[in-house]
Amino acid sequence: MTVINSGFGGRGGSSDPRLPPGQTHVYDWPVLSTGPTPNVDESRWSFTITTEDQVAHRWNWSELQEVGVEDIVTDIHCVTHWSKLDMAWRGVPIDRLFEDVETSYDYVMVRSYGGYTTNLPLEDLLDGQAWVATEAEGEPLRPEHGGPARLLVPHLYFWKSAKWVRGMEMMPSDDPGFWEQNGYHLRGDPWREERYW
Amino acid sequence: MITSNRVRWHLGRVISRQFETGSAVRLELAVPTWPGNDAGAHLDIRLTAPGGYQASRSYSLASSGESTRVVLVVQELPGGEVSPFLVRQLAEGEEVEVQGPLGRFFVWIPAEPEQSPVQLIAGGSGVVPLFSMASARERELKGAEFRLLYSVRSPRDEFFADELAELSRTVVEIVYTRESAPGAGRPPGRLTREALAASTFPASLSPRIFVCGPTSFVEAVAGWLVELGHDPTQIRTERFGGSR
Repeated sequence: MTVINSGFGGRGGSSDPRLPPGQTHVYDWPVLSTGPTPNVDESRWSFTITTEDQVAHRWNWSELQEVGVEDIVTDIHCVTHWSKLDMAWRGVPIDRLFEDVETSYDYVMVRSYGGYTTNLPLEDLLDGQAWVATEAEGEPLRPEHGGPARLLVPHLYFWKSAKWVRGMEMMPSDDPGFWEQNGYHLRGDPWREERYW
Repeated sequence: MITSNRVRWHLGRVISRQFETGSAVRLELAVPTWPGNDAGAHLDIRLTAPGGYQASRSYSLASSGESTRVVLVVQELPGGEVSPFLVRQLAEGEEVEVQGPLGRFFVWIPAEPEQSPVQLIAGGSGVVPLFSMASARERELKGAEFRLLYSVRSPRDEFFADELAELSRTVVEIVYTRESAPGAGRPPGRLTREALAASTFPASLSPRIFVCGPTSFVEAVAGWLVELGHDPTQIRTERFGGSR
């Protein structure tokens, strides 16, 4: 049912092949969040992975750094139609954090300071696809962008990259998180435009 | 409550367009398949150029309820790709594709049993979804107390000036940041924490709070609200400043 808007030119009429459908290239970094920015000090920050056996794998700030950071350059895609290309990040690979985690569950509920949650299949978090990020564009993550640490899962829409991340809980089924209960897609692949349900 | 409808694409036709300010347009669209929307919801508009190039943007709705007519007010962003077309060119009778209704969190639903008052705080064109909530409240005989604090550059930049003056169930206070109305008692100036405290429900009344505006405004206001003792979980924010 595509309608042609004959007076609309757009910016040059073509787009970068790195942009998924419906996305626009931005150079700034917009902020989106559902409530006040929580102030999470590094000294009281920690990250915990909890399994079905109630085993908790926990890292405080310095322990996280000791796991080992890596540098990533990636594109990010927000469901509100903007994408940022070639963005430099630094973070700890989720693969490293799961090295000693024993679980038979396939899904993860990510939890944040301030109460935000988002659900992910474990297979979207492993094999070099996700990080606990602590720096972006060469600087420590600012609070409004999720500092001191946020999840980074750049192959999915950015609401999955939970700000102020504090832990992951293993789940037997793909239960919806905050936005997934409030109208956003359960998985959120930008190349398939999995925005809403 | 209209939240159970699935999101889908619809075809809308421009019924009317009029300038809301010198750089913003009020568009009324007839969308025959629109299922209605909650107050505070938004939609995506997708434009397609003759060569097939497409661009999509989100806009808050000024209208709510079970209607197949939707109203939005679009602020022109200098250098923007979509908003200048919507503000300057999109003609009456022309069709656009819209997806929605979107947003199930930054909404106010009249049917909710609600004891605590509702505080709306708008920065600039962030007033659109909050005006929608105040209008929805206006249609209810009973319900929570409403207040709207609206920060805007000058009287010339004000959206919904006539409608806001006529609201009977929402107490409206407007803060002009750059230029006041002639004869106004208060000089123009940016909102401060003290002015915010003086113009909004106190934390002791446990209001539900909706804040919408540019990121710098929302960050400042939400931070002050927490400092003033409001429960962070009672504060819902929506920011714009994404894609141009």
